[in-house]
Amino acid sequence: MEKKKLTVSELKNIRQEFQEHLTVRAGVARARVIIHMGTCGIAAGAREILNAALKALEESQSKDVIVTTSSCAGLCSSEPMATVEIQHEPPVKYINLTEEKIRKIFKEHVLGGKIVKEYALATGSETTA
Amino acid sequence: MAYRANVLICGGTGCVSGGSFAVKKALETEIEKRGLKNEIMVIATGCQGFCGEGPIVIVQPDGVLYCKVNVNDVPQLVEEHLLKGRPYKKKLYTSPVEKAPIPALKEIPFFAKQRLVVLRNRGLIDPEKIEDYIAVDGFAALAKCLTEMTPESIINEIKKSGLRGRGGGGFPTGIKWESCRKAAIHRNVEPVVICNADEGDPGAFMDRSTIECDPCAIIEGMTIGARAIGAKQGFVYIRQEYPLARERLAKALEQARSYGLLGDNILGTDFSFDIKIVQGAGAFVCGESTALMASLEGKVGEPRAKYIHTVEYGYENRPSCLNNVETWANVPPIILRGAEWFTSMGTGDVSENPWGGSKGTKVFSLAGNVNNTGLIEVPMGITLREIIFDIGGGIAKGKKFKAVQTGGPSGGFLPESCIDLPVDFDSLLEAGTMMGSGGMVVADEDTCMVDSAKFFVSFLMEESCGKCTPCREGLRSMYNILDAITKGKGKEEDIETLQEIGEVMMDCCLCALGSSAPNPVISTIRYFKDEYLEHIRNKKCPGKVCKAMIIYKINSELCNGCHACTKVCPSDAIIGKQKELHRIDVQKCIKCGACIDVCPQEAIYKE
Repeated sequence: MEKKKLTVSELKNIRQEFQEHLTVRAGVARARVIIHMGTCGIAAGAREILNAALKALEESQSKDVIVTTSSCAGLCSSEPMATVEIQHEPPVKYINLTEEKIRKIFKEHVLGGKIVKEYALATGSETTA
Repeated sequence: MAYRANVLICGGTGCVSGGSFAVKKALETEIEKRGLKNEIMVIATGCQGFCGEGPIVIVQPDGVLYCKVNVNDVPQLVEEHLLKGRPYKKKLYTSPVEKAPIPALKEIPFFAKQRLVVLRNRGLIDPEKIEDYIAVDGFAALAKCLTEMTPESIINEIKKSGLRGRGGGGFPTGIKWESCRKAAIHRNVEPVVICNADEGDPGAFMDRSTIECDPCAIIEGMTIGARAIGAKQGFVYIRQEYPLARERLAKALEQARSYGLLGDNILGTDFSFDIKIVQGAGAFVCGESTALMASLEGKVGEPRAKYIHTVEYGYENRPSCLNNVETWANVPPIILRGAEWFTSMGTGDVSENPWGGSKGTKVFSLAGNVNNTGLIEVPMGITLREIIFDIGGGIAKGKKFKAVQTGGPSGGFLPESCIDLPVDFDSLLEAGTMMGSGGMVVADEDTCMVDSAKFFVSFLMEESCGKCTPCREGLRSMYNILDAITKGKGKEEDIETLQEIGEVMMDCCLCALGSSAPNPVISTIRYFKDEYLEHIRNKKCPGKVCKAMIIYKINSELCNGCHACTKVCPSDAIIGKQKELHRIDVQKCIKCGACIDVCPQEAIYKE
């Protein structure tokens, strides 16, 4: 895929455009499910969790939910992990997931709006310096 | 004037009738009283639509919602949330279905004490999508370097930041860049930049994780370095055992090229640069600069004497600037936010002397016998206690802390008396270990220090390239002595011999891996000499690890004769009928510990 060579001002345009994709606020999506897939996560079974989440998404036929991947969330001993972000709410981190748990989270939290407390670790984002 | 936080108070009709203007006034008074006036702004908003729970107060950017706030809540709300940074629970919004709120990430010690610079994008962006990185200010630092800064001013900014090499040695990055640039100009030879991703310490996975979570940050850091030094060519030397990191890096490189962020005329300027990935076969010694460059050239990965530095004559005899993954990843935020921001974190003073302190953060892979193992990033100067007990959640299974190992095979063990030591380059060196690339392995009371030292020596013995005699023969001799001690054949004078060999190696080895190789032995002798003596004099292993010095026994009061142990014993050493007391035949027992793991009564013990 050959793209046009960027200039400095075009770089800024891309930044603005994709900032909207990174947040659930801008109306692109109502909810975002992030599966943490570092080597640790994958070794603990994150691939199966991703597949289960994608399948749940397909079955629900929702148009406003994004399932995406990211890297290790740091707490390797509690992998597989996932983060669920719902519009207007702080992100929720889930730990020690199984396929069954992610299905329940998808149904109750992503679609139903109710945090699955027993699998959740915490809400909010990490502190950047 | 930028504010740290905004406090939004609803000025809709519903909330106003509930007294929101009085709350606003009280907030302003309280904020001024606490001296936060310049940091926090109070804003009245239009109706928030949540009139039933009014007056509503929202604190941004935290996104925390408070309901039914009255004037009496204000002092505590300001103190708790705005001053101490934790939610004021009394009026925190809880949705009807969600009565007990789950804790915020910042309240969990594992996350609370971390400060993310290198790992700032972890878990947020998709590492396989360069647009995600661009969206979080990616390549903005590069754009700044290419349009607003000269190579000299880039180097100057890095020098001022006090950034020191994160691969272990802690050499000031700015000085390295400057020497490399000068050598290139002086010799009129095109220099190269290299990223060392040959992470080989047992228990270390910082570089792997950093590349996996943010490969573009490495690319951007290297490109900035290349601009500063004058290089057109870069290499990432990554070990073959890291397939996912390599794959993500390769994808990122390809995407960067397609956007013109690598290649000819980057961002429309006259600067051109590209990066190539080179795979290492996973030899520990190839993490050493000269061995790495030999391996890059396709030669055997062996170090050479360094009276000529690699910044002058490195890869293909060209001036070569080698930095570790984490060092490169630190570069874009320093350029973007300035050296002053970076020096606000860490210890010491680097304004006069770049060796004067340790600035910024450090990524550690926390492993071993702690409750929370994982990848952490902490400000320099945090204590070992905070890392192990707050972030790590203490020692697993309620055991006692014995030692922490930092710096991998080149580092050493620190005992409980060092637990309040600040973690920075110089404090660790003084205590007999080193920062290293950031492996941190915690050992509990069931660890034998002699056996641990033997483990590292045996690792190094296998990995020693064998080029110089002190390393090749020194490690072998050390191993033989340690092995004898753990088998109950140690002699009193062994300790002195070990120290002597160590001194010779520190003085005479060709490369830093050799001269630091005795550290695990020397540091355990320094802090745990009693344990060595216990092995040598009394033939006892306090950690109950050394097989020659322990026997397995069954507690007759606890054993219920369930037969669980007899089924797993590989040497049929456990005798006894079902529902009758079992016993272990010490002649047959190979001390594998399989029985301990399965005994539901915890009746089996070591003595």
